[in-house]
Amino acid sequence: MIALLTRDIRLAIRAGGGFGLGLAFFLIVVVLVPFGVGPQSDLLARIAAGVLWIGALLACLLSLDRIFALDWEDGSLDLLATAPLPMEAVAIVKALAHWLTTGLPLVLAAPVLGVLLSLPAAGYMPLIVSLLLGTPALSMIGTFGAALTVGLKRGGLLLSLLVLPLYVPTLIFGAEMARRGVDGLDYGTPLLMLAGITCGTIALLPFAAAAVLRVNLR
Amino acid sequence: MTVTVTDLSVARGGVRVLEGVSFDLAPGAALVLRGPNGIGKTTLLRTIAGLQPPLSGQVEAAPDSLVYAGHADGIKPTLSVRENLSFWAQVFGKKDISAAVEAFDLGALIDRPGGLLSAGQKRRLGLARLLVTGRAVWVLDEPTVSLDVDAVAMFARVVRAHLAAGGSALLATHIDLGLGEAEVLDVAPFRAAKMDMDDFDEAFL
Repeated sequence: MIALLTRDIRLAIRAGGGFGLGLAFFLIVVVLVPFGVGPQSDLLARIAAGVLWIGALLACLLSLDRIFALDWEDGSLDLLATAPLPMEAVAIVKALAHWLTTGLPLVLAAPVLGVLLSLPAAGYMPLIVSLLLGTPALSMIGTFGAALTVGLKRGGLLLSLLVLPLYVPTLIFGAEMARRGVDGLDYGTPLLMLAGITCGTIALLPFAAAAVLRVNLR
Repeated sequence: MTVTVTDLSVARGGVRVLEGVSFDLAPGAALVLRGPNGIGKTTLLRTIAGLQPPLSGQVEAAPDSLVYAGHADGIKPTLSVRENLSFWAQVFGKKDISAAVEAFDLGALIDRPGGLLSAGQKRRLGLARLLVTGRAVWVLDEPTVSLDVDAVAMFARVVRAHLAAGGSALLATHIDLGLGEAEVLDVAPFRAAKMDMDDFDEAFL
């Protein structure tokens, strides 16, 4: 499992691996918002948490189809399926590698971009915590979606259509927590809901992803 | 370590292609599958390797004894030959890749990225993976595609050494590997008589 994790991270970092793609996309989307909204720092401060959350979600989506598609194309997925690793482990390791190369950089970049959106000082902590708790769920749900669409030609668009509705609960509670933080309200309830959703996806979706991978490999 | 296939029927894309296939593969033996294109050799091998369920019949093999190599070699273009091989060795719980490198003469290419290898070199790397897995039963689909004459001879030597060490091999191939001792099984007589599936729903699975 560790071998697969290090291989996936290494592949992501090497040329053409797509590391930084999501991060750059996140950066550009967030930088474009003030241009679109105009120079009203009070308005920006109000929407900052939501913009950062939607930006992170879309950036996450961008690299999802690489999770299994490349391994499918070069035959590695067949070989992994016949290797002594259970498919459930493959799915969860792939999700972890995706989070480490996409989700974690987004979490680290978010406070810097918060400055651009004049996010109030009270909002930084809940924003980072909500992204830290929420992005693993985005990677895990995305891995399930990637497993569903593996082997489809140009499955990327279908993947987005399948995965985006599943991101709704994470987005609602993640953005709600960040917004409550900005307003100085208690954000305990959305925090617990967000953590619950993430734990639930990590507990259940590796099995679902492994099951659909087995069907898709037939 | 004997692999026993009993009355196996396999389907591809919802169409029954072969039925009633039975054979034994004993340690130290090699079995070459032959038959025209599209007869279902690949489907049969994938079923035996466990990538798809059989329609009926059984494949009996010791757990964790098979290793499958298909048409694609599973080589990552941005990883070097060493990294590619070491990864598979680790997945199968092994460490040593030197024997595999030597057997397929990959020493000079060890630090070259997979993407810069020629088709024949990639195939040699793909076959070297079999050695690092340490598995006893090799299930190989057209293993000699894009290999030159020397590399085919190299491959035949490796297979022979594997058989001598008590392993076995199941190969689908059209060319003569120079493995005189290998049995040949022509799968054409097992072509499914009735092409449609019994169960309507199965066609969608």
